[in-house]
Amino acid sequence: MIWLEKRPAPSRTWSAASPIVAVFLTLIAGGIMFAILGKNPFEALRTIFWDPLFHEQFASFSRPQLLVKAGPLILIAIGLSFGFRAGIWNIGAEGQYIMGAIVGAAVGLALYPSESALIFPLMVVAGAFGGWAWAMIPGLLKVRFGTNEILVSLMLVYVAENILASAAVGWLKNPDGAGFPGSRNLSQWDASANPELIAGTGAHWGVMAAVIAVIFAYVVFTKHILGFHIRLSGEAPRAARFAGVNPSLLVLVCLGLSGALAGLAGLFEVTGPAGQIGIDFNVGYGFTAIIVAFLGRLHPIGILLAGLLMALTYIGGELASFMLSIPGAAIQAFQGMLLFFLLGVDVATHYRVRFGRKGVV
Amino acid sequence: MSQTPLLDLSGLRKAYPGVVANDDVTFAIQPGEVHALLGENGAGKSTLVKMIYGLVRPDAGTMMLNGTPFAPAEPRAARAAGVAMVFQHFSLFEALSVAENVALGMENPPKPSALAARITEVSNTYGLPLDPNRRVGDLSAGERQRVEIIRCLLQDPRLLIMDEPTSVLTPQEVDILFATLRKLRAEGSAILYISHKLEEIRSLCDAATILRLGKVVARCNPREKTASELAELMVGTSLKPPKSGGAAPGDVILKAQDLSMPSASAFGTPLRNISFELRRGEVLGIGGVAGNGQDELLMALSGERKLPKGSLYFDGEDIGTRPADMRRRIGVLSAPEERLGHAAAPNMSLTENAALTAARRQGMLARGFVNWGAAKGFAEKVIGAFDVRTPGPNVAARALSGGNLQKFVIGREVMQAPEVLIVNQPTWGVDAAAAAFIRQSMLDLAAKGTGVVVISQDLDELMEISDRFAALNEGRLSAEVPTGDLTMEKIGLMLGGAQTTAMEQA
Repeated sequence: MIWLEKRPAPSRTWSAASPIVAVFLTLIAGGIMFAILGKNPFEALRTIFWDPLFHEQFASFSRPQLLVKAGPLILIAIGLSFGFRAGIWNIGAEGQYIMGAIVGAAVGLALYPSESALIFPLMVVAGAFGGWAWAMIPGLLKVRFGTNEILVSLMLVYVAENILASAAVGWLKNPDGAGFPGSRNLSQWDASANPELIAGTGAHWGVMAAVIAVIFAYVVFTKHILGFHIRLSGEAPRAARFAGVNPSLLVLVCLGLSGALAGLAGLFEVTGPAGQIGIDFNVGYGFTAIIVAFLGRLHPIGILLAGLLMALTYIGGELASFMLSIPGAAIQAFQGMLLFFLLGVDVATHYRVRFGRKGVV
Repeated sequence: MSQTPLLDLSGLRKAYPGVVANDDVTFAIQPGEVHALLGENGAGKSTLVKMIYGLVRPDAGTMMLNGTPFAPAEPRAARAAGVAMVFQHFSLFEALSVAENVALGMENPPKPSALAARITEVSNTYGLPLDPNRRVGDLSAGERQRVEIIRCLLQDPRLLIMDEPTSVLTPQEVDILFATLRKLRAEGSAILYISHKLEEIRSLCDAATILRLGKVVARCNPREKTASELAELMVGTSLKPPKSGGAAPGDVILKAQDLSMPSASAFGTPLRNISFELRRGEVLGIGGVAGNGQDELLMALSGERKLPKGSLYFDGEDIGTRPADMRRRIGVLSAPEERLGHAAAPNMSLTENAALTAARRQGMLARGFVNWGAAKGFAEKVIGAFDVRTPGPNVAARALSGGNLQKFVIGREVMQAPEVLIVNQPTWGVDAAAAAFIRQSMLDLAAKGTGVVVISQDLDELMEISDRFAALNEGRLSAEVPTGDLTMEKIGLMLGGAQTTAMEQA
């Protein structure tokens, strides 16, 4: 007979080891999935995890892509981790990402064709503001009316996508673009461009912002009273209220922060790798960041590593679909399995598995 | 005369990781006997009783019921054999009626009308009148216990196990319960009575088995021993009653004036026009059976829930609208009833839990940044001063035993040198030695000039340490009465809701 027995204190070894075990289990399950699809599992896994970094032909192209993909994932996931640790579930980061990009781009384009050095910083602030404001909607509704932030933030993603489409074909459309949908290309306009800062690495301002965010989150969680209150609210809400935490304020701070960081990620993307506001601007970073946040155990350093790992699966997945004709959906299934195994293995942190018979009279 | 014991336990053993809950437990209960099971928290009473009721399987040992082997695989089997149990915490659905609740616990419930008639008949026969159609949510704790007892009685049990039955009863209700139990005894049923209320056991029980740390340390007739002898057998050492400093109280430091607060949930208790004055150096005891607004009162005084203006004054200042951390800053500290989850975060270390309430007062904060070294130092001070048995301050709160965690929680507040300290159930579920320590520390605090409010269900405790006493009943507070002027009868009346005005007290 097998049963679970609660541990007297959470196990530190398992807390650190569970992501590693989860990754390992995902590799096995993913390998089986690829085998069922008729592909050689070892070749598929090698193409996804090894080739993007070390293949003699492709690696020089795909390596910079790693940071391009990881930057927004990490930036958004750090923002999300504040809320998630407090039990405040921002599921609409994708929408905040879109709105950050739109508001930032709109502010920049309003100043076109000036070449002032203030334009990019202004756009950055506007991008953060756009994401923040979009996250304030579920925040204020929760604080005032007790609405569920999961539902409101998620629904607003679809609203944001529609606003994006209307902007791309309407009010932000490039007047010199021969009628094609899409805004001016911001990455080609010097005042607003977000170029690669260190050649060959793909590191643009968004990546820098992600690194700063990781450091900031680490400091807040370990040393600042806000971090302590957030952790407390997530683990023991009654104790948090006893300690004097204002729950409404916490909701607004956490949602606002994650919205702002998601908006920043959107702004850096639209002025850099994506280049312009288009109908298909958003590629799902806001949702994948949720997986990154949990894979990283909601810890800043963990999120950094998890972001890099997920970026690798994106790039490896593209490579695998190109080289081995593995469908894109298989890669998404793979990413989902990671989260699944992580949550499953997490049980070991709080419970011990016991075998044997419970007792004989 | 050797008759077959009703229940004969021999060599029972049960071990859990890290602790042996029961070790070679052997005793017997005769039919028609009220048998007390005594012991502190952690002595193994609950585990033993769960084995008898079929909730837990022993690792070794045998049980015989009426001479035949008895090994219930689950409570249903125990009930079928004639063993019934009334738990300390009731399993009742507040939204359903009495009859519906009873039906839920039965294998083959009769038709509702027949069941209602049976309930009325049995409840009247045993002196516990109950209306089967009333909603359980509307019943008092004593009445709810009756539902649990009736549930058991309907099965004609031969052994009735009662776990801490009087912790929720007023003195009058205790008398009614005892009359019922004596009637059951006269009919030949046996009762296994778990309690730590020594005077009650001496008045009710015929035999007693005393457990300490999982082993049987004594078997006796409680009527032949004094309460302090029984206590010493339970604890293993001699206990000294707490001594107060004896200083005269000073000015009024905390004053509640017509304090009212609506209930937060459908089943909570609203506070109604509560008024009291607390003086420096005084211990005000607030007694009352659970569920009469104790939790709500603590939250109103601690600042977790806001009050309108004009309800609460500290040293003349209106603090009703101030939030919890502002009240802590001026020196109003509190310790709630629920140790894990409210007073302390279960998965966080003692260092972090120290910062929970002491961050501001003990200088752990600088411009929003937490000095974890200072927090650890303070946690170590509390652990040292209050004899908290733990390897160190980095241990998670949930790893501590109830008594040790409670010492930490109270110690954390006491070591901050508060002006006012409000505690709710300070020694509930705590072993006798730790309880004595906590009570003495509150008296020492009062001797230094702090005003202390102790909200407790344990009347003995309140009589021991408070200077004045008030009773909380359905959200209303009686007028404060000096403890020296009280009799058990008067207390019972106060708890039952009889309001004494200042005029009547003379």
